[in-house]
Amino acid sequence: MSVDESTVRRVAKLARIAVEDHEVAKLKGELDAILAFVEELSELDVDGVEPMTGVTPVSIRLREDAVTDGENAERVLQNAPAREGDFFVVPKVVE
Amino acid sequence: MSDLLDFTFADARKKLAAKDFSAVELTQAYLDALEAGRGLNAYVLETPEVALERAAASDQRIARGEAGALEGLPLGVKDLFCTEGVRTTACSKILDGFTPPYESFVTEKMRAAGAVMLGKLNNDEFAMGSSNESSCFGTPVNPWRKTGSEAALVAGGSSGGSAAAVAARLCLGATATDTGGSIRQPAAFTGTVGIKPTYGRCSRWGVVAFASSLDQAGPIARDVRDAAILLGAMSGHDPRDSTSVEREVPDFEAAVGRSVKGLRIGLPKEYRVDGMPAEIEALWEQGAAWLRAAGAEVVEVSLPHTKYALPAYYIVAPAEASSNLARYDGVRYGLRVPGRDVVEMYEKTRAAGFGDEVRRRIMIGTYVLSAGYYDAYYVRAQKVRTLIKRDFETVFADGVDAILTPATPSAAFGIGENANASPVEMYLNDVFTVTVNMAGLPGVAVPAGKSADGLPLALQLIGRPFDEETLVSTAAVIEDAAGGGFTPERWW
Repeated sequence: MSVDESTVRRVAKLARIAVEDHEVAKLKGELDAILAFVEELSELDVDGVEPMTGVTPVSIRLREDAVTDGENAERVLQNAPAREGDFFVVPKVVE
Repeated sequence: MSDLLDFTFADARKKLAAKDFSAVELTQAYLDALEAGRGLNAYVLETPEVALERAAASDQRIARGEAGALEGLPLGVKDLFCTEGVRTTACSKILDGFTPPYESFVTEKMRAAGAVMLGKLNNDEFAMGSSNESSCFGTPVNPWRKTGSEAALVAGGSSGGSAAAVAARLCLGATATDTGGSIRQPAAFTGTVGIKPTYGRCSRWGVVAFASSLDQAGPIARDVRDAAILLGAMSGHDPRDSTSVEREVPDFEAAVGRSVKGLRIGLPKEYRVDGMPAEIEALWEQGAAWLRAAGAEVVEVSLPHTKYALPAYYIVAPAEASSNLARYDGVRYGLRVPGRDVVEMYEKTRAAGFGDEVRRRIMIGTYVLSAGYYDAYYVRAQKVRTLIKRDFETVFADGVDAILTPATPSAAFGIGENANASPVEMYLNDVFTVTVNMAGLPGVAVPAGKSADGLPLALQLIGRPFDEETLVSTAAVIEDAAGGGFTPERWW
């Protein structure tokens, strides 16, 4: 399995990582090498095998339906690259 | 006062209790060592004020007879653990300047037990790597050198800073994390002891996430006893991590010195990989002979899906990473690079903030999770994971108590030596360790010998889920038999 350059660009777009034109060929080579490495898995017969969803059998515990955290706006915002009052600031999203 | 650095924590604990020296004196000795050892680049942030304040508090608790399990222990913290009010970056530019307003569960527990934080330790960016060369702070240097050489070697990864600091006596113990071998491989490269606990033993709350179904915190320490003491203080149930188990924490230290007589130790034949160096093979046989001499029964076992573990890991781990690392968007914390609109801001921020290896893994993960490929890659890899876990369950059901393997396929290599290696070649470092994460089992790396050029080599023991005690007992037997000599000669 190998990827073409348009796939590299599409994946970068999905991952929201800007990729320069000159990086595409190198990334394609690296992704191809990793995909070739994992190709070995296709020789295994996995019919009827359940995919793993967790390594330890854990039943999810229920807790009381009560507020246990919150009212921490200042702490939540203290690392914001840009803020206004109690809000994170981002570029305009809605036209 | 440099002799203060010679004590293990188990010894220092007695001296502290007897008031032979104070926690402040011990901490100061380590702070001085930190300064002298800056060339090793093990620490990415030193916190001497925090350390001295906590050491003084330790002395007061010791005076009141209220010493905790780690009272006065000078501890290094991997920069993957959030520490309240102390910069935490996962050694990535994208978390530049991030100061968490909270403390990870594990470091909170250690602090409550009296540990004294000296600073934050170097690691591969987001714990992705086996040589610590992907850190945005540069590569830590292994305190070990080949006989007659001054070439700088890697301390392994991703917990390279933790391993280098413990080996060079820049702390008495360190926190680390292990997703595919990141505790055990650096421990092996530095002659230290690293324990990767059973998945669920230590809470992941407050630890920067890489691959959540594989990540587990654990200790790196100078010997098996210290590692067992640290593990005890790191373990325990935490309701904020839904995969944290509600289970009593055993007295791991009490397992040191327990006889291994009658234990069944398995040697998996699939670990005899092609091209395994003769000295690694010999070390493995030596380890088996020591355990046999201690009364254990050594048997060959088969883990038939071993060779599929690494390829399956390189689907599962990047997939989970691509999802976990989606949170770094330049909005709430860390780096932001402006853009014309919000999407361009995300894309530029993430391009500038992530290093090459992290970007590669996010892209692979995004690809294997994307429409049309999910079943062929991700679901198939999770099925393979079921088979790998079943291999271990079969062996344990047959009465095997622990599995002995080499920890790494080689001794430490040179910094930059693999600069032209493909990513896949670097991934092979984890060939013996990654199965343990895929199956959620506990594993320990314990120094057992030296390479022909004088570098430490380690063996790995793999245990039943939540049976770290058997690993501690068995590792202690190997440690004793190996007879020490795992302190590097000081050149820095």
